[in-house]
Amino acid sequence: MKKIFSRPKALRNQSTHYCPGCGHGIVHRLIAEVVDELGIREKVIAIAPVGCAVIAYDYWDFDCSEAAHGRALAVATAIKRLRPENIVFTYQGDGDLAAIGTNETIHAANRGENLTVIFINNAVYGMTGGQMAPTTLLGQKTATTPKGREAQVQGWPLKISEMLAQLAGVKYIERTSLYSPQEVLKTKRAIKQAFQNQIDNMGFSLVEVLSPCPIYWEMSPKEALDWIREVMTKEFPLGRIK
Amino acid sequence: MMSKKILITGNEAVAEGAIQAGCRFYAGYPITPQNELIGYMAGRMPEVGGIFIQAEAELAAINMVFGASAVGVRAMTSSSSPGISLKQEGISYLAGAELPAVIVNVMRGGPGLGNIWPAQSDYFQATRSGGHGDYHSLVLAPASVQESYDIMQLAFDLADQYRIPAIILIDGMLGQMMEPLVIKSQIPNPKSQIKKPWALTGCRGRKPNIVKSFFMQQGGLEKLNLALQKKYRLIQQKEQRWEEMFLDEAKVVLVAYGTMARIAKAAIKQLRAKGKKIGLIRPIALWPFPTNIFRRLTTAHKQLKFLVIEMSYGQMLEDVKLVVNGRCPVEFFGRAGGGVPTEQGIIKKVKNLL
Amino acid sequence: MAKITIDKDKCKGCFLCISFCPKGLIKKSSQLNKLGVTSVEFSRRVIHKDEAGSPAKGGGKSDKECLGCALCAIICPDCCIEVYK
Repeated sequence: MKKIFSRPKALRNQSTHYCPGCGHGIVHRLIAEVVDELGIREKVIAIAPVGCAVIAYDYWDFDCSEAAHGRALAVATAIKRLRPENIVFTYQGDGDLAAIGTNETIHAANRGENLTVIFINNAVYGMTGGQMAPTTLLGQKTATTPKGREAQVQGWPLKISEMLAQLAGVKYIERTSLYSPQEVLKTKRAIKQAFQNQIDNMGFSLVEVLSPCPIYWEMSPKEALDWIREVMTKEFPLGRIK
Repeated sequence: MMSKKILITGNEAVAEGAIQAGCRFYAGYPITPQNELIGYMAGRMPEVGGIFIQAEAELAAINMVFGASAVGVRAMTSSSSPGISLKQEGISYLAGAELPAVIVNVMRGGPGLGNIWPAQSDYFQATRSGGHGDYHSLVLAPASVQESYDIMQLAFDLADQYRIPAIILIDGMLGQMMEPLVIKSQIPNPKSQIKKPWALTGCRGRKPNIVKSFFMQQGGLEKLNLALQKKYRLIQQKEQRWEEMFLDEAKVVLVAYGTMARIAKAAIKQLRAKGKKIGLIRPIALWPFPTNIFRRLTTAHKQLKFLVIEMSYGQMLEDVKLVVNGRCPVEFFGRAGGGVPTEQGIIKKVKNLL
Repeated sequence: MAKITIDKDKCKGCFLCISFCPKGLIKKSSQLNKLGVTSVEFSRRVIHKDEAGSPAKGGGKSDKECLGCALCAIICPDCCIEVYK
């Protein structure tokens, strides 16, 4: 018998602080698998967000930097411009990329920086206790929308990927999800494409991953995956956007 | 080393000085009165193979500097007062992650949008660490176009040596005036800089590096803070810099920095021509503040008065009062909001004190 | 025949592996692990008695065997599962 599945080398062998059923654990592993498969561990420089994944750098076995909340793409821009031989990626949540960091996101995309962006969309701010995110759905109850998000008061779920797709500097955007093992594999393929694009000098590549937050959605882990499949994908359609 | 003499603005002298000191990354955003600096960098930085980025905002620029510094490159940004306010978050992060960087503030009138004339109203912001947390940046204040150029080598070297942000505090007058500058023609080798084993370069042949300022484990952040405090005490001992003139027998000692010190010198010249015993202390490093000279002076000479002169309503004044500690009177003369204390104003004030 | 091993002390009890195993070979453990959590256990071969509650396979009362499909390992957020084939 052969071992056909095990922990990738680029993922450190330790417990994470993420909640049971959280999508971060899955995507951290997918990134590590892709890094192993592309043989780029010694070239990678990751930029961690502020959010639940603020200590992502404790879980990967390659060079990492923090960034102030929202600023990861500014930090990444400088790093990649100065060291184009390194593979530079940011890992950001919906607040980091599409609220406080919107300006940095749009301008890095518009400049066509040759970067890989992994965008974890779980429609809520997990780390701080489940507040509304730009991507929170209408009617979704959160700590700051106790009656459910209302368009007239809080606006609509933000489709940052569709917005970025308008920009000439953006070369690849795909939205995937984690609602089943098959979807997880699709996410891995998209992540691999986004890294390969950077290796091939193609330009700004972003993967938006619809990810579960069972605790703040107040669901079991399985219910959370079902909610992504049945509800979230209606608002955030899966597939290649650019 | 060949040198030449050119006529140039203070802003451009700062930029060229940075290039000569090995700065190979600049990110900035236009704001008056430092636009000459970013304009000069746009043309000059690519000539030496560095990276120039006009960022989308001052906030993005300081974070780009964070990234550049994290990979071990000498990096700089510049702005003027309102834009420096935007950078405070980033400077706090640089301090916490112990990343070297140079930030140039060409001060203008405030608060708020203010105006575009010179001021020295950001002394508190620079020396009290305008961002959050217990940290310090080195603060250097040149007073001429030549000094603005020369001081950049010091700023980058000290920033790298101590792993600390360095703020260059000039004002709109110094930034935009033109004076002769003796410039070194030869570009020094940036590789002669200090090695940075902590930098992010890809983890080939070593364990991965992490650049961060976040320490959630018990005692972790306190440990960082104690190390920072130790570093700051060392800097306070070793890096005080000032110019002193005519201190022996001085009855009144003027204390001024930057452009204000030049105006003070002109006033002193007139007063001394009339036989008045007036001296000058011109701090060149504002942090660490030159406490040594004040202590020496006030222990030896009990019979003197200090007159602090600023383009503000009394910011450096507080540091002078703190170190003098009541041993001698400390008076103040200042104007801000774009107004500049004049020679005549200073002379009048000094005569009142004598 | 294939098998998996489960690092039960990293398991956080999300039970997603149970949901996606097509043969219903994973079940909740009867004991708490070092995290104080109900983790999961694997049997290579099971005679079904409706206990695992997996959606895909149509529960039946016949023997089921591990295929080595690795769907459990793919969905596990904590990289607890190794798969052998």
